[in-house]
Parts: sequence; C-alpha cells; structure tokens
Amino acid sequence: MKRMSNRAGNNSEWTLINRIKRSKASYIMMAPYFILFFFFTVLPVVISIVLSFTNFNVLEPPEFTGWANYIRLFLDDDIFKIAIKNTLVFAVITGPISYMMCLLFAWIINEFSGKVRAFLTLIFYVPSISGNAYVIWNLILKGDRYGILNGLLLDWGFINTPIVWMKTEKYVMLFLIIVQLWLSLGTGFLTFIAGLQTVDKSLYEAAAVDGIKNRWQELWYITLPAMKPQLLFGAVMQITQSFGIADVSIQLAGNPSVNYAGTTIVTHLMDYGSIRYEMGYASAIATILFLLMVGSNRLVQRILRKVGN
Amino acid sequence: MARDYMKPRRKIFRRKKKQLNRSMAGNLTLFIFMGICGVFMALPLVLIISNAFKPLDELFRYPPMLFPRNPSFDNFSDLYVLMSNSWVPFSRYIINTLIIVGGGTVGHVVCASLAAYPLAKHNFPGKKMIFQMVVLSLMFSWQVTQIPNYLIISKLGINNTYGALIMPAFSFGLGLYLMKQFMEQIPDSLIESARLDGANEFRIYWSIIMPNVKPAWLTLAVLQFQQMWGNTGSQYLRSEELKPLQFSLQQIVNGGPARQGAAAVVTLIIAAVPAIFFVICQSSIIETMTTSGMKE
Repeated sequence: MKRMSNRAGNNSEWTLINRIKRSKASYIMMAPYFILFFFFTVLPVVISIVLSFTNFNVLEPPEFTGWANYIRLFLDDDIFKIAIKNTLVFAVITGPISYMMCLLFAWIINEFSGKVRAFLTLIFYVPSISGNAYVIWNLILKGDRYGILNGLLLDWGFINTPIVWMKTEKYVMLFLIIVQLWLSLGTGFLTFIAGLQTVDKSLYEAAAVDGIKNRWQELWYITLPAMKPQLLFGAVMQITQSFGIADVSIQLAGNPSVNYAGTTIVTHLMDYGSIRYEMGYASAIATILFLLMVGSNRLVQRILRKVGN
Repeated sequence: MARDYMKPRRKIFRRKKKQLNRSMAGNLTLFIFMGICGVFMALPLVLIISNAFKPLDELFRYPPMLFPRNPSFDNFSDLYVLMSNSWVPFSRYIINTLIIVGGGTVGHVVCASLAAYPLAKHNFPGKKMIFQMVVLSLMFSWQVTQIPNYLIISKLGINNTYGALIMPAFSFGLGLYLMKQFMEQIPDSLIESARLDGANEFRIYWSIIMPNVKPAWLTLAVLQFQQMWGNTGSQYLRSEELKPLQFSLQQIVNGGPARQGAAAVVTLIIAAVPAIFFVICQSSIIETMTTSGMKE
C-alpha cells in the first residue's frame, strides 16, 4: 500500500514537472513583466517589513531592534494616533461615500445616451485624472478676502472677516474630505458605468412582468446583482485610494498641518521617510499602512460577496 | 455590448417608446440632483479654465468672479517668456517627458499584454497564485513601497536616469489586471484554430490576441499616461537636464504672486492634457472596463 501511494506521489510530481516543462512558452512570456513586478512590488514589501524591525538611517547599515519601532509607534507617538484617526475618518467617510457617489452617478449617467452621456462622464471623471490641478482649491479656500469662498461669504454678508480655512483646525478635515470627494470619481466610477452597460436589457423587461414597480427596485433586485464583479473591483479601487490620501492634505493644509489636523498615515510616513531619514521607523509606518489597506480590502471583499447571496 | 456607447441618437433619453419603470417625477428629481452635483464638480474645472484667461488684476479681485471680464492671452505670453528664460532649454523638458511617458507607456503595454495572455488563456502550474499576487498588489498604494523602491533603484544603478521612472512603470498592477480580464473574452476556438495551423504562442499573441484587444491597450496607455504625467520625478532625477515637463511647470507655479497668471495657465495645461487623451479614448476605456469585474 505504502509503495503504491509513494509511486502515485512520484507520478504526480513527474506530471507537475512535465506540466511546467510544457508551459515553457507561458513562463517566458510572463518573465519580463514579473521580473520587474518582483523588483518593484514584491521585494519592496518584503524589504519594508524587514526594515521595520531595524534602526536604519541610510548611511549606516541597518541595526536590528526587534519590536522597538512598533512599540514606539503605538505607545509614544501621539501624532501617529492623530494620523491613524484621520486616516480612518477618511477611509470610513470618503471611502463609502465616494463608492456610493461612483455608483449613483454612474447609474444616473447611464439613463442618458450619446454625447450627453460622454460629456457628463467627462465632467465627473476629469478631476480624478487632472494631476495636481486640485491646487485650484487653494484659490477657493484662500484665507484672505481674495479667496473665492471668503469673497462670496463676505459679499453675501454671512461673515465679517475672512476665515483662514485651512489653518483653522475644525475646518481642515471637512474641506479635505470635500476636495477628496471631488477627486474620487476615478477608475471605480468608469468601472460602474461600464458595468451598467453589460446588464442584459431583457432582464429589465422580464422584471417588469414579474412586478418590479420602480427604478429603485429595479436597481436593487436586477442591476446590482448583475454587476457584482464590477462592484467588487470598484470597492478595491475606492478603498485603496481613500487609505492613501496624502498629497491633497500636503498641498492644501501643509505638512505638518496646523496642530496636525490634516496628518494622515501617509504624510506621517513621508515626514519620517523623506525629512527625518528614520527609515526603520518609516518602514514600520509603511507596514502598518500595508496591513490596514490589505486587511480592509479583504474584509470588504468578503462582505460584498455575501450581499445578495 | 459597449460598442454602441457613443453612437449618436435622436433623443437624449434612451428608452424612447416606453420607459420601463420610469416615472416623470422620478426622472425630474434625479436630473435636478444630477444637475446640482454636476455644477459642484464642474465649478472648479470652469475656474481653472477661466483663470487662465483672466488678466492679473482680475485674479486678485474682490468680490471674485467666475468668468473673466476682459479675457486676454497675457498669461499665456507670460508663461512663454518664463519658459524661454529657463535654465535648461524648455524643449528639453518636453523631450524628457516624451521619453519618460512614452517609454513607460509602451513598455508597460507590451510587458503587461505579454504576461496577460498566458494568465488569461493558458493553464500552467502556479497560474492562480501569480494572479492572486497581482490582485493583492491592487490593494495597497505606491506609498507603502516608496522607501524600499528608492533603495532598490539605487542598488540597480538606475538612480538619476530615465530608467528610474520608466522601469517601475512597466509592472503597474492595474494594467495587467485589466488586460487579463479583457483577454478572457476572446473565444478559445480562435486560438485553437491558429494552433492547428501551426502558429506558436508568440505568433498567436502577436497576430490573434493583440489586434483583438485594441481597446484594452488604449486603456492601459491612457491610465499609464495619467500616472506618469503627474510625476515630477524629483525623487530620482537630480540632473536638471533629465527632469520632465511637470517639474518645471511646478517650479513656475511655486514662483509666488507675480507668477499667478502663468501659474493659472500651467494648472490648465496640467489638467487639460490627460482630459484630452481621455476624450479621445473614452469609448475604448469604457469597453475595457466592462470586463474589469472580479470573479471568484
């Protein structure tokens, strides 16, 4: 018996090697991409995790320090607490809202056709691809009376003196969230527009016969289940984006922002990585960010897959 | 299915004769809502455009105006003067951008589609794991790997060369993902019959697969262009003569109040270039996205 199973084991090993040999062309075709993928994506994640357990300032070789960076991060670093809090606020608010916005706008845009639809798609999508053109918000939110928002509020008599929006702690997050929402109709949004077009039209007719009465029921019972794969993909895009918020905060609120009101995990990471050169510590921050992003993506995937099953 | 995406039709609303499950009141509410949101989205964009045409005194005017009263091209000529005074000839920045963005985009489309074909159509050991890895890479952003990437690029000896920006761009995860999903819809029979005719895998890739995934490679090119266009490259490029257009444009924006006019034009240019590419390729991009869904 034992021998038999051994032989069977050998056999499957041989077929595996054979299969690998037969797939030579596949591996060769994948090689250029995945060699680079290894160097610029896989290896960096591994290095980041390794460095997070060291003390490293680029000039001297890294020195192993165990969990010290993580202990410092969670017990001594008060700014990191603000960063985590802000990042989670962004993730919890802008993540779901932007996801809903993507879906809702895509759904409404889908009711139009031809040029109107192309135009609306463009208007909603362009902010997300316009590079750092969001600096236009600096003009809108400028702290003196030449700022657009201040100018209008003064002119209409709502306020008597201009408000320095991005230097006032209680407004910073609010406006960062607004600007971020403006920027967030990206790949996820396009995916939904595309997804809505793949829904089989005859389903709607059948549904009308079956007693679906209005567009909301149609959306909930027919459209959403039919485009579930796109919903899953869109979720990944929006979540990853909302955890990575940094540039907007730096451009509009500065780094460090007033009383760290706009600090996120990524701005904190940049602070230690590119200003203080504490690479070990910065790697620990990056590792936490990595775990947060992948963890919440996984969680949301699991939840979304259950919906409608 | 998405091919009729931009076909002009006579009526604005799609379901012409009987709109199933659509009420007039509902239509009205949604379109008013859409209108308000559209205005919110569009206002900053309109401001970007109109600021570029405002003379300097109108840029600093109280109360602010949305549209210029005396539109002029002064800002454009200001920018032109600033450009011709730059330390390195300005055309150099443009050439750098063309090399970096062009190289990165072409390399990415070729590498990603070459890798996507076996992932979509072949069966080999490790296929599932490799694809899972790519999906995982979509779940975190580039900031996570910023520090090690710098170390690796230094070790590879490509720091302060175009390669530092071009080579990492080849392995952009989203592109491979979209390409693979799109290739899956090519019928197997097409590939089978080519194999019976004696074509090898590379030949199939080149003459069967690639012509059939044209929308996908346009999409990859546009997405990659957007990624690279915004990159000032200041992290890796120290020599002034290697820096891209984006870098010198940022320098002009940071030049203080006297350069506000030129800065407004710069903002317009930065936003307009990717937008134009998107307009040109919109229907291809939407077509690619129809297959982007995540299956089990």
